[in-house]
Amino acid sequence: MEAQVEQKYDFEVVRWFTIMSVVYLVVGTLLGVYIASELAWPFLNFDTAELSFGRLRPLHTNAVVFAFGGCALMATGFYTVQRTGGTSLFSNALAWFTFWGWNLIILLAVITLPLGMTQAKEYAELEWPVDILIAVVWLAFGLNFFMTVAKRKTSHIYVSNWFFMGMIVMITYLHVVNSLAIPVSLTQSYSVFSGVQDAMIQWWWGHNAVGFYLTAGFLGIMYYFVPKQAGRPIFSYRLSVIHFWALMFGYVWLGAHHLQYTALPDWTGSLGAAVSLAMIIPSWGGAINGMMTLSGAWDKLRNDYILRFLIMSLAFYAMSTFEGPVMSAKTVNALSHYTDWTVGHVHSGALGWVAMVAAGALYHMIEKLWNTRMYSPALVNLHFWLATIGAVVYITAMWVSGIMQGLMWRDYDEFGTLTYTFAESVAAMHPYYAMRAVGGMIFWSGGAVMLYNMVMTIRQAMAERVTAANAAATA
Amino acid sequence: MADKIYSTKLQDRIERNVFLMFIFLIVLLSVGGLVEIVPLFFLKDTMEHNKHPEIVWERSADASLDDWQAGDGVRPYKPLELAGRDVYLREGCYTCHSQMIRPFRDENERYGHYSLASESMYDHPFQWGSKRTGPDLARVGGKYSDEWHVRHLRNPRSVVPESVMPNYPWLEENRVDGAHVGRAMRAMQRVGVPYTEGDVLSAAAEVQGASELDAVVAYLQSLGTHVKFEEGVDYRE
Repeated sequence: MEAQVEQKYDFEVVRWFTIMSVVYLVVGTLLGVYIASELAWPFLNFDTAELSFGRLRPLHTNAVVFAFGGCALMATGFYTVQRTGGTSLFSNALAWFTFWGWNLIILLAVITLPLGMTQAKEYAELEWPVDILIAVVWLAFGLNFFMTVAKRKTSHIYVSNWFFMGMIVMITYLHVVNSLAIPVSLTQSYSVFSGVQDAMIQWWWGHNAVGFYLTAGFLGIMYYFVPKQAGRPIFSYRLSVIHFWALMFGYVWLGAHHLQYTALPDWTGSLGAAVSLAMIIPSWGGAINGMMTLSGAWDKLRNDYILRFLIMSLAFYAMSTFEGPVMSAKTVNALSHYTDWTVGHVHSGALGWVAMVAAGALYHMIEKLWNTRMYSPALVNLHFWLATIGAVVYITAMWVSGIMQGLMWRDYDEFGTLTYTFAESVAAMHPYYAMRAVGGMIFWSGGAVMLYNMVMTIRQAMAERVTAANAAATA
Repeated sequence: MADKIYSTKLQDRIERNVFLMFIFLIVLLSVGGLVEIVPLFFLKDTMEHNKHPEIVWERSADASLDDWQAGDGVRPYKPLELAGRDVYLREGCYTCHSQMIRPFRDENERYGHYSLASESMYDHPFQWGSKRTGPDLARVGGKYSDEWHVRHLRNPRSVVPESVMPNYPWLEENRVDGAHVGRAMRAMQRVGVPYTEGDVLSAAAEVQGASELDAVVAYLQSLGTHVKFEEGVDYRE
């Protein structure tokens, strides 16, 4: 049985993407904990350029988005496209090229970002030679994915693959346009766009890195792994169709809501905000579609810890896709923009949705790929609670500090003068910055538990295989 | 049974044909970007200097960047300022400081006149930022003395006890590389910043002997000083 599966599918590359994804989860969130601590206790910058907040923060975002998120997407993408199509990959060699290329990019990020080599555009900091490498490796991933879909054995393309394909096309657009730059040297370049146009293009990229990379891609994960783990078909086919096309069409417009009241023309920001409000409908449709898949089988949540991750992630998805449109409304945005509320919102999506749904999918795949059970289900449960509590502590701290900042900055005393200096608002943030670091630490320890559990599971699987081989030999 | 259609005919066709789905995605995914981004390059209203030409410095043929006076209008960065801006980008200052003042009473009183699109027309890339862990810097120029900035960059808590900003002791140890500033200005020319041949050739001499600390201070002191705002004019209408 196992040998047959092994012959039918190309799984070795999926295994390695899975392993690296868990490793980068631990590394990326640890970096986050460190920079969060720097804001609470600035001595942690240690007067060292390579450790200073401004250089490490891009490394943290790149590590969690592209290293952890990217490996999780490539592992699950290569896995689901094969399983749902009943076929092996279009090219196993190209998949290995993608694996080594992507990890080379991550290595280059670890070297160049602390050295201050940056394009200074958020989530697109990597310099132009690395950008070219990203484009090449991403297209290799995309080509392999599309061609594998093309050679599938099934008549219809499964919904997970729609979302993955949407992500692949859109990220190609975004990355290529937003990274257009003229080099000064091998390690420095200037964006070809300036000012207001550059701002709009940057947030078109910035919001859709979230919308397509961290949402569409991970919805692809959701649509395969939730039904699989629950052992039931997806709740509604029609809801999937609406969810998909509405998301593809609408998400692209949202970037402009990052620039309300700035020098971006009012029409652009308002358009972005209007579409943002409308996006509640498909987003909640998708969340309901995932959750209701469990309809009639809610009892499974009692024993199936992997399923808990998947369902909790959908709860966070529903919450942050409600919070996002609220924050894009102009009156709310006037208060929330520039504050920690934005940071909290991003993390309710990143910790609660992205990392949780990925963890659920990765646990599911570890059991299938190594043909075994998790070494310790109790540790999966522990990870679940650490992740949930860590995320909630983090988000709560940022809600309080964000709203407090917004209110302090605009507060007037009875004489009509500003009540607080900026420095006073910074001082008021200290307890919440400390609380955020603690929340992050709790979340990180959950990831560390996962890494340990994965390593022990793989060792266990190898030991089982040796025992089975010996038994076969003696028989 | 396999051919039974559960949805619309079009959706069913798309689901059976990866090429068709690819085409639909390419078209659908480009709409939002085209509608929101492309007009910004063409609509005259986007840049305020189309209506208020005095916002941008009108440079005579023989004028050097040093002939510019504060309030003369938006101009390209001087060589030392550009070197300072490179340091600002390198150190990731934009991760904590915005350069975009919104048209609210409190921001007006705290930071100054709201920012204009034309004010960042030479900013490749833009530095509006997204987060104010520290204050907005769009009009920090002239607000503090050079000496204050030097102390603040060396050790922020020596002048602002509540600050959580890192110390930047390495800036005064690093020299600005004149040849590199020249190359940076050439690259800026290529992306459309109107530096003259004379500007580029004199760059190395301008930054001779300066430290990165001097450069950052020069950059910060230039921020927001370019435009002289008229009382009662709504630049964003």
